[in-house]
Parts: sequence; structure tokens; C-alpha cells
Amino acid sequence: MSSSSASSHLKLLHIEKEIVMSLIGIKIGRLMLGAAVGAGCLMGANIASVSAKTFEPQTVTDMLHLVLSTDRTIYTKKVVKRLVNKHKVIKASEFYEDDKALPLPAQMFRFGSEAVADKTDAFSYSLLSLWPINKQNAPKTDVEKKGLEYINANKGKNYYGEETLGGKKYFTAVYADIAVASPCVSCHNGHKDTPKKDFKLGDVMGGVVIRIPLD
Amino acid sequence: MMSRNLIFWLIWLAGTLAVGGYLSAAMIYQGDRSHFLIGETTSGHHQIELACNACHTKSFSDINSIQKACMNCHEAELKVANDSHPLKKFRDPRNADRLATLDVTKCVTCHTEHRPGLTQPMGLTMPKDYCALCHQNIAKDRPETHQNLEFTSCASAGCHNYHDNRALYEKFLEKHAAEPDMKPAPLAFNYEMERLPEELGGLKRGEPLAITAADAPVAVKADARLLAEWQQDAHAKNGVNCSGCHQLETAGDGAAKDEESWIKKPGREVCASCHKNENKGFLEGKHGMRLQPELFVSEGKAPAFLQKLGLFKKQTLGPMKPELARVPMKETAHGLGLSCTSCHGKPEMDQPKSGKAEGGKDKARAALKGAHDFSVAEAKVEACLSCHDSEHSRSYIGSPHHKLWQKEVAGELPKGSGVTCATCHMPRQTIEDEYENFITIVTHNQNDNLRPNEKMIRSVCAACHGLRFSIDALADDKLIPRNFDGKPTIHIESIDWVLKRSLKKEEEK
Repeated sequence: MSSSSASSHLKLLHIEKEIVMSLIGIKIGRLMLGAAVGAGCLMGANIASVSAKTFEPQTVTDMLHLVLSTDRTIYTKKVVKRLVNKHKVIKASEFYEDDKALPLPAQMFRFGSEAVADKTDAFSYSLLSLWPINKQNAPKTDVEKKGLEYINANKGKNYYGEETLGGKKYFTAVYADIAVASPCVSCHNGHKDTPKKDFKLGDVMGGVVIRIPLD
Repeated sequence: MMSRNLIFWLIWLAGTLAVGGYLSAAMIYQGDRSHFLIGETTSGHHQIELACNACHTKSFSDINSIQKACMNCHEAELKVANDSHPLKKFRDPRNADRLATLDVTKCVTCHTEHRPGLTQPMGLTMPKDYCALCHQNIAKDRPETHQNLEFTSCASAGCHNYHDNRALYEKFLEKHAAEPDMKPAPLAFNYEMERLPEELGGLKRGEPLAITAADAPVAVKADARLLAEWQQDAHAKNGVNCSGCHQLETAGDGAAKDEESWIKKPGREVCASCHKNENKGFLEGKHGMRLQPELFVSEGKAPAFLQKLGLFKKQTLGPMKPELARVPMKETAHGLGLSCTSCHGKPEMDQPKSGKAEGGKDKARAALKGAHDFSVAEAKVEACLSCHDSEHSRSYIGSPHHKLWQKEVAGELPKGSGVTCATCHMPRQTIEDEYENFITIVTHNQNDNLRPNEKMIRSVCAACHGLRFSIDALADDKLIPRNFDGKPTIHIESIDWVLKRSLKKEEEK
């Protein structure tokens, strides 16, 4: 199943229709529009040129992942690293509320994921690891386990699969989460709940799992 | 001639139709539905149990509309509590298997109403070891501390709560582990809040007013005591004239008012027009929840002919009265309908029906007080104790906290040193208002930090006491009735475990 495309296709509505569509009730087409806008630089094309295309789930998850990982990297570098390491005006802390500090990049990612889950069930995403600090973020499903092992063993490749959860069929994509900045490594290696203490810059530390229901 | 049997059958039929018709009409017209109450409600909801629509927003409500009703009242407080198990965490499909075991996206999974036989503290109707359903590996993950612990002990006082762990999370315990029992400068949080904001409910704060500036009708101004009380009160001191409360339409033009538009006894709505946050809290807590405007016993939507017959007339719950409480209340306070003036000013008493309340202490308090005596100090202790009669309430007088209050009142200790009923149960706290400004208010929801009582640690106890002492004291169920008249005699080991684990991890590094 790895690196293969899913059998089902998702019919994308015409963007023109989407624009006039009610804002209530987010549908997959709209999400893709959002992703397409966010990933505009990747597409290198204006929105009209993608209007009549039918996207495969893998294309959608790839686009979503690009937006998610780009936003996270920008937060890490332009907010956290700049203010904490360069200007030294504030700290970043897991307990940012009590410590009056910035939330950690991984927390920002999770908050986004939870807020999205509150708004739609058209897709979901999470940040998991084979070496999680919080044990609730260890892989649970077979696809999660296989996916995390695959991206760890095959650097630069993504994993795609299908699975049934709670009676619903999902397209599940797993993307490597790489240590992009030194604080990622030092914080994880030094955390008292970490099962792995020898992460290095550039290592795969975990994976972003994105799911789209196929039914 | 009809046979006797037939007559009985007809009577039975007519009776059945009448009773059935009445009960059906009660359902259709949302009349008094107390006959349908299927079991005693929890202490959280018993005051509003006859307002079925509070939870059952539709006839035959499904679980989703019930859930919406739960969130309608409780969502904001869960957000403030930084809920450890928020619904949004469980919406990810990877939790589908967990939800199949325990659907935590619905409050009623653990808090089912009308089940008095099953209901445990906190309104929990689930076997206590429910944590094991998801956290069964905890002994393996935390072998240093969690091995051989019973799953029924997770939520023991001082360790974990399902929702609110603001004062119990590991890093917090570690950070505050070394605090002494008493902090060096014990003063209540936000005690310095003395002045009202510049503007309240559209009324700008003004210069203090002299007695001669009073703009009440001449006949009203004849009462010298009223005027003197008003002038000494925060209202006159902040430029609020008589008309500000008694003649809302024409307030503020300074002219003496005619008696026609004069409101003799302005009600809670008038107070609420300026004191919005206080009113909001009052309506959320046990003192005012029955006055929530959307609650009714009978909606009054039945056809006019039925209402003329006295059936399904509009009926609200009416104010809370001490005799309706499940915690011990003084008999002398029976008949007091709770509103702003019950604690601030002259309490409104029912006319005694049985003579029970006659000559009572509270009636005496009502008789003695002037209508403009809105003493805040009295609302901190005396007003509470004129109704509340539990062992904890009675033990307050003479307790270490009370002695501090007496010394503060006597001027022997600085302001903020005393600990009153209100210091703990209606603490001053900083909240975010609707314009995203942070403002300090007196919490008027006395239930806000009451249960589980660890909620008090950060909002109240931490101002004066160390974390270790606070956790132990709040877990000591013998000390609470005695109103903390000594040191805790039990010890919760959570902080010790955190330090032990921390030390071990340091050694491993």
C-alpha cells in the first residue's frame, strides 16, 4: 500500500461553485480550495486553472501537509527562534500560560489540529511518534505503526494507506516530521518522559498523520 | 338502564381520558411537568429540576440536544478550567475505539441525571475506575510512582481530576513543592480592588454627591435616614443620584422627579443594568440560577381558555429560598427570596405563613437595616451566616480565618489580611470581559471554585498558603467541617512522588 495512490477518487466541485457556496458546513472541496490558496506558491498557478480538476486523496493530503508543515516551520523560525534565541525577549514553554511564554511549535500544531477537529470532520491530522513524550501520541492503528516505521526507514518518502476506524473508511497519509531546529532536539532529548535521548538535527522525530474519510 | 359494570367502565374511561389528556397537554403546552420527574436530580441541578426545558430543550430530546444544553451552561467554565479532556481532543478518528468504549464527547456518559442511587460526588454516575479504560498502561509508563495503585484512586483528592488540573499538573507541583505552609506576606488576591471602573453599564463615574443634590421626589426626601445612608454609600460617592436607580428613563438630568415614574424598590434588573458581571455570576451560581430568564416551570403557551381554567398558566421557578436548599440552612431565614438585596442591604422576606419566621434573627436583620445600607463588609460574613447553618459555616466564627478578619476590621492588620466567607467562596478574580479587556470582579457564582475543591488552590489558598499545605488541607475531610481550625492531619503524596521522579531522572542523565 505504501507510496501508492488510493483507489477512490474524491470529486472536487468547481471552484466557481465553491465560491458562492454557503460558508456553513465545510466540505472537502472547500478544504481543497483553502489548501490550494495556502499552497498557492507550490501550485504556481492561479485558482481558475485548477477548477475543473478531480483530485485524488493523496494530492489533497500532500497539499494539506505542505500548508501545515510550512506554517509550523515559519512559527518555529520567525516567532520562536527569533524571539527566544535571537532577541532573547521571551521563552517558549510547554506551560506557556503559567510561564507567560510562547507555546512550543508542536503545541501550536496540536491546537490547530484540535480547533480544526472542532469545526469539521472532512479531514483530521495529528502529530505522532514512535518515541512520544506523551504516551497518548504513540501509534495506535496498524496504518499509523506501519507508516511511522516506513517514513523512518525510507527518508524523504511518505506513506499512504487506507484503514477503517469506527466503521468509517479513511485515506491515511503519514509524513516525516524532521528535527529542523536545535531546540527540537535538545528539548526532546532532555525531557524526562522521552524514550529516546539521542535525536540529532535532521532526524525523523515523528510523523504527521492526515486522514480523509472516503465514504 | 345501564349495567353497573358499564357505569364503572365509563367512569374508568373518562378518568383515563382526563388524566391522559391533562398529562399530554402538559407535555404539548410545556406546562407543569413535575409528574414526569423520573428520579431525584443531582445537587447541581435540583434547584431547576422543574424547569425541564433547561436540559430537555425539545420534547423527546436526543442526546445531541441534551449535550448542547450541557454546554450552554458549562462550556465557558470548562474552557476557563483548561479542561484536561476537552471534546475536541476526541474528535480525531484515531480515538474511535476509545469512544466506542466510553463516549466522552457526551457529558451524560459520566454525569447521568435522575439516578440518585448511582450518583457519587461531582455528579459522577460511572464506576470510579473509568480512567483505566484509556490509561491502563500508566503503571508501566510511570513505574516509579504508579505501580500497584488502584484505578479507583486516581481522582482521590490532591492527585488528578478529569477536567480541572490547573493546580495538580506535575510541573506545577514540582515548581511549588518547597513553599512553606504560610507564605511570608499573606494577603488575599486582588484585595486592593476598591474603586469601581470609570464606567459601568453606560453610567460614568461622577463626583461625590451632597445630600442637597439628591434628585428624589420631595416626599421621598423626607426620610432623612434614607438620604444619609445613600450619601454614605458607594452610589452617591461615585455620582449616582437617586434617579439613577429609581427613575431609569430620566436618569441624570438633575431635576427633582415626580412620583409617578418613581420605582420604589428597584429590583435586580436595575442593579444588573450597571453590575453586569456580578449579575451574570449570580445567575450562574446556586443563589441565582433559578432566575435565569429562559427557565420556566410552565411556559404559558396553552390556549387562553385552558389558562382561564387555571391550567398551564405561565409559571417561573421564582427565586431561591433557603428552605429549598439541600445544605443546612437556618429556619429563621426561611422565606427569604434571594436577590441582590438579600446580601447587600435590606433582605426581602415573605410574610410568615406559619409564624416560623416570626421573630427570627434574619427578620430582625431585615428590620434593622436601612434600604440604602449596601454594606459590602456585611455581605462577606454576616449575610452568609444569616442563612447558612452547616458545621463548616458555624465553625467559621472563632476560626483562625475569622480571627484574621476581626483583626483587619479592627485595623490591627492590613487590608486583605482577613479571610471571610467571600474571600474563599466569592473570590476577586481577573476575567476577560466581552471586549477582551481584563477586569477584576468579585465572583458572584459561589459555586465557581467549590467542587472539586482543588479548584480553590489557585484562586484562593495560594495567596497565603503553600501548595503542599493547601492540597493536604483540602483533602482533609475532618478539617473542612471544623473550618480549618488547625493543620491538616493527612498527607497527599503527589508532590513527594513528583520530586522523587524528578530526582531519579536527574540521576539517569
